[in-house]
Amino acid sequence: MRVSADREVCVGAGLCALTAPAVFDQDDDGLVDVLTPDPDRAQQPAARQAVNLCPSGAVRITE
Amino acid sequence: MTDTTETTATLQTAEAPAFPADRTCPYQLPHEYSKLRDQPDALTPVTLFDGRRAWVVTKHETARRLLADPRLSSDRNHTDFPATSPRFEAIRSGRPAFIGMDPPEHGPRRRMTISEFTVKRIKGMRPGIERIVNGFIDEMLAGGPPADLVSQFALPVPSMVICELLGIPYADHDFFQDASRRLVQSLDVDSAVTAREDLNGYLDGLITKMQDKPGSGLLNTLVTRQLAAGEIDREELVSTALLLLVAGHETTASMTSLSVITLLEHPDQHAALRADPALVPGAVEELLRYLAIADIAGGRVATADIDVDGQIIRAGEGVIVTNSIANRDGSVFENPDSLDVHRSARHHLSFGYGVHQCLGQNLARLELEVILTTLFDRIPTLRLAVPVERLTLRPGTTIQGVNELPVTW
Repeated sequence: MRVSADREVCVGAGLCALTAPAVFDQDDDGLVDVLTPDPDRAQQPAARQAVNLCPSGAVRITE
Repeated sequence: MTDTTETTATLQTAEAPAFPADRTCPYQLPHEYSKLRDQPDALTPVTLFDGRRAWVVTKHETARRLLADPRLSSDRNHTDFPATSPRFEAIRSGRPAFIGMDPPEHGPRRRMTISEFTVKRIKGMRPGIERIVNGFIDEMLAGGPPADLVSQFALPVPSMVICELLGIPYADHDFFQDASRRLVQSLDVDSAVTAREDLNGYLDGLITKMQDKPGSGLLNTLVTRQLAAGEIDREELVSTALLLLVAGHETTASMTSLSVITLLEHPDQHAALRADPALVPGAVEELLRYLAIADIAGGRVATADIDVDGQIIRAGEGVIVTNSIANRDGSVFENPDSLDVHRSARHHLSFGYGVHQCLGQNLARLELEVILTTLFDRIPTLRLAVPVERLTLRPGTTIQGVNELPVTW
């Protein structure tokens, strides 16, 4: 699994950092940062949930 | 053209019940909404107070898809934007804040504020929120029982929290709580417009004070940076401050009151929550799903024709995503009318979806976690002082809640 984020699209809702804090963070401007672009098996369910919850479609997964 | 005429007639000729409807139970859908939820189509025509029609969206998947669709506009000043009550004219009477803008104008405006609402920043507010919550519980315990949970706790807690975040003096709370309540609850347009003017005048004066003597908080930052740099003009800043202030306390206040009622009316769920504090964050999501207090906030107007699985929304038609109904879509939430604090329900639509999703959602989550934990820890025998059937519920045209909540212990 590879995780990516589009900071142009991000609206700073923070659901990614709330749901998968080991994978996503928010920078000082409130925009998404990917902490772990290749989450391990234990981190993957939360990363998937974060992608599903993101309201702007800013975070993505490629398998 | 024939096609257009025929399909437009679908919105105009089908049976269209009145919308919105009033709850008769603080935590269950009005029976009118249950009927809308149980019909097969994702979109149903409804009739608004002014006789105009709009589509109500009742299915969870369709609601998410449409809230992320750029062909639906949030421009409240658009002549075809669906108004759910006469009060709506007050919202139209001023410059819109970013909640009423579409991309590309929307993004840069919202980005001026998001750094204050990150998960990390909000986490850092926990000690301050705990102090505020405990302070109002101390006062309530000193003065009672009985007490009015709304005026003594549910309203002042988020009021003081948002004041500290924005840099607005809490000492002015009598004024802005009253004016906010008039703005969101007036039944006639004149009272609502007056309330908006009162708040505009107050916030404009506050901005002048902040220009003369900068302090702390988000509003101060917007004044000293964005306003000074010409990135936002004064009228828009007033609207933005009004949005943050009103949305920052009216909503959490309503969620607090209704959550307390709902937990007290579901003793088994309440006991499970009390027994295991690890359930609290999930229970907050479930209460957000279940209570959906801002269920008239999902208005949009179509700027192009949109095919929704064979149903056509025509350009110029109004759409209202009703999250109280979509949150009870049985294909997404099992036993949707039951409160279940063990449910994993973060995909509810109570904060909306798409680029306008609630800016303050993580603040609301934290406030509710602290409030519900601390209130029942400190007053374990808290109970309603009147039967739930005797409570006066707000009408369906505004943020759902109660204006008074007599409690005892």
